[in-house]
Amino acid sequence: MVYKLTLTLLTFLLIAPVVSAQETVAASVEATVGDPPMIDSSLIPAPPSDIKAVDTDNDHGHSITVTWELSADDGSGMNNVLSYEVFRWVPFLMDELDTLRAELARVAAEIDSVGRLTSELKDERTVVRAAISDMADQMPEAHRMYPEGGEWRLLDKVVSGVATYENTGGKNREGSDYIPDFSDLYFRVEAVTIDSTIRAASGVAGPVQSFGQWFNTGRTAVFIAFMFFGIMTVFFVMKARRGSELYVRPLAGIEAVDEAIGRATEMGRPILYVLGLGTAADVATIASFTVLGRVAKQVAEYQTQLIVPTYDPIVMSVAQEVVKSSFSDAGRPEDYNEDIVYFVTQLQFAYVAAVNGTMLRELPATNIYMGKFFAESLLLAETGALAGSIQIAGTDEIAQIPFFIVACDFTLIGEELYAASAYLGREPILLGSLKAQDYAKAAVIVLATIGLIAAQFEWNWFIELFHVVD
Amino acid sequence: MKKTTFILMAIVSALFLLSWILKAGSLSGETDNYILQGFLVTFSAFLTLSVLSFLYADNPLYKFAEHLFVGVSAAFWMCMGFWTTIVQNLIPRLSDGLSKFFEQQPQPGDYNFFFFIPVILGIMLLMRLSPKGGWISRWPLAFIIGTTAGLNFVRYLRSDFIKQISNTFVPLLGTEWQGIGHFFSNLDLSASGQLVAIAANWVIFLGVFCGLIYFYFSKEHKGAFGAASKVGIWVLMLTFGASFGYTVMGRISLLVGRITFLFRDWLEIIS
Repeated sequence: MVYKLTLTLLTFLLIAPVVSAQETVAASVEATVGDPPMIDSSLIPAPPSDIKAVDTDNDHGHSITVTWELSADDGSGMNNVLSYEVFRWVPFLMDELDTLRAELARVAAEIDSVGRLTSELKDERTVVRAAISDMADQMPEAHRMYPEGGEWRLLDKVVSGVATYENTGGKNREGSDYIPDFSDLYFRVEAVTIDSTIRAASGVAGPVQSFGQWFNTGRTAVFIAFMFFGIMTVFFVMKARRGSELYVRPLAGIEAVDEAIGRATEMGRPILYVLGLGTAADVATIASFTVLGRVAKQVAEYQTQLIVPTYDPIVMSVAQEVVKSSFSDAGRPEDYNEDIVYFVTQLQFAYVAAVNGTMLRELPATNIYMGKFFAESLLLAETGALAGSIQIAGTDEIAQIPFFIVACDFTLIGEELYAASAYLGREPILLGSLKAQDYAKAAVIVLATIGLIAAQFEWNWFIELFHVVD
Repeated sequence: MKKTTFILMAIVSALFLLSWILKAGSLSGETDNYILQGFLVTFSAFLTLSVLSFLYADNPLYKFAEHLFVGVSAAFWMCMGFWTTIVQNLIPRLSDGLSKFFEQQPQPGDYNFFFFIPVILGIMLLMRLSPKGGWISRWPLAFIIGTTAGLNFVRYLRSDFIKQISNTFVPLLGTEWQGIGHFFSNLDLSASGQLVAIAANWVIFLGVFCGLIYFYFSKEHKGAFGAASKVGIWVLMLTFGASFGYTVMGRISLLVGRITFLFRDWLEIIS
């Protein structure tokens, strides 16, 4: 009896793993290729394991990231895994949506062929769009029906050795790559050999929903810098408003502005103010407006002539407002006329030709170039030098600063231009922001010094704090 | 007009006509519309020489070229702005009737109510032409400047602030010691020998440190602070010197381009 029992147990122990393995293989093959007639079961690779599907981080939604553990036969074992195929369960409703999209494309093609939007075509398009919208609204419900009412569809292939896949779609419901947010999505991965019928499927990952994030954690460093700079600016602006004396070191180029205006007045010649080729939204141009305001005020007081040729119509509009209000501030609004600031053209070298001509005909005593300049900087500055004018320049265009340095009497380098506007204006907001910038620079020095030490001793956690995603 | 100016103009006109005839003659075997082609090449050469005459002094020829250039470019950009921005981009998104009027293809899927916002802002901007409603134009100006400055602020903070900081994280004492040979190897600036790498890292460190001190406006530049500031301005000037040379090389190539046009396309002296 004992002998029989032992024999039965031994037989069971020997046969059971084989039967179990065969059942697994059979199930796997059945699930993926549907009863292939002759498959050498010993060639079936181990399936990918530990499959996970999560919403892709730091995006606008409509994307899922799938990860898995590589098959044991990928790079080792039988080493016969050629690639991985990623599948997503898709409800049949998606096919109906595709039909509607095709219908919409047909209507669009018909509009193109007719050459105009007839009322019939417009109505037809509206109906199809409404149907697409309704159907897209039903997507979350259709996905909740898993595994009924849909099937697994191949998304993409990735080569062996890769264990991640990002299923990124669009948010446009009318686009073929639309992936609905807040819908239960299911994924699975199959390890495929050179014979595509021999494969092994992972388990199913899901349900998982895609959704957009309000905060991009990859840009936390930018947020902290923003907060730091913002708080510092508000603090110093309030301090300046309370009447605290905020020191700004003298800048030679700015001190020269007053002298240059006086010189122009004595000589009875005009002052030429060039705002550069920047738009009204460029920081350098904005800073230049402040300097222009100051110059225009003094010009109005001394009753000197001012010439401001502009390149951009919006810049012209702003400059006119600035000069007008400066004349009012100086108590001489009647002296202002619209011709002080005028538009030339929006072609770079045509603008230069016009300004150069003005320099040699009007012979201004002082030329002031403040703003954003490009290849025209040397052409302007050299002509000004030829005309014998005193020249003061300021720009944040690094490539153009050398030309101004060699051809002008005074040059404001980069940030000195921004400082100049604060120095001249003495307005609390400008002074406060200048102070905040200085503290930001101090912070840069401190952080860079710590970073140098971190780089030397390989404190990668500190270096990673400053890693910003694009 | 002065007599000398008149004589000069007459000579230039005669030379122009002569050049046109000769150029047209040389092109007669190559193209059917050789008279027009001859005129275009001669006129281009005339304008090039007119602009170059500015090197001597301001003169009527330069004035002619200048006014032509400015007038044509201003008109060209105005037309481009109207046809590409308003007609091609805006109108098809707003009105089927206007699209039809301007013979523009409607753009399915692009109709968007929000495009009325720039239209309204544009009209508000034009209000500056009205003597009483001029103040209205300040609102779109404030909108344009404010939004763009705000958007740029975040962009600059990322690219010019955070990334600049992280780019200065370099090991000043070099990486792991790999022997005296490796330390002194590849003594040229493009190589990766340890000594060169350490020197480059020190230049980055001192350049950034002293450059920032130069641009620190809240403290007088005296003593050690002033010395660091002086080093900073030296670093800046060296950088500008290198940039100057590099850009001048580019400008020379532009000059070569114009001279090639004069001597090859116009005078046919060089091939």
